[in-house]
Amino acid sequence: MDIIQITGLAVIAIALINVIKPQRPELGIMLSIITGIIIFMFVASKITIVVSYINNFAEKANVNTVHLSLLLKIIGISYIAEFASEICKDAGESAIASKVELAAKVIIVAMSMPIVGSLLDLIVRIMP
Amino acid sequence: MSVDILFKIAAIGIIVSILNLVLKHSGREEQAMLTTLIGLVIVLMIVAKELNNLFNAVKTMFNF
Repeated sequence: MDIIQITGLAVIAIALINVIKPQRPELGIMLSIITGIIIFMFVASKITIVVSYINNFAEKANVNTVHLSLLLKIIGISYIAEFASEICKDAGESAIASKVELAAKVIIVAMSMPIVGSLLDLIVRIMP
Repeated sequence: MSVDILFKIAAIGIIVSILNLVLKHSGREEQAMLTTLIGLVIVLMIVAKELNNLFNAVKTMFNF
């Protein structure tokens, strides 16, 4: 029944933001940031459960833990970048939002390069 | 994580706008500006603390 709580929270937040925004637009943005953080904290424990299940399955399937932890890191980076770029868009700065997204993509590609390299090594070894 | 931070920030916003109005009507423009600034700083400190919590949660969750 968490979704009902979250819906109520969202409705209350919208009411407050609509009251505050005409007078103090900068505080309205802060309110929306705080609302996003509160909603994430609501579901944080559930994400932890899912991640621990994924780790268990990977252990059973003998997947290399380095690759799995890299995947989880990429999920975290993209979540934070999404958060930041949505806030920037809400504040009317879509240029900064697209730069944040670009930075996240560059960081993810740079992090995943070692895995691409190991894949290429494997292909070279297989080829005669 | 509690919801009262939301109400706290909304209350700060309402109080700041009321103070701003009163000060402006009594002809103290610079003090009205200062109230706005201080309200923003207080809210920014609360938000920064919560953002730190969020980043720590994400870090522990996805084992950075």
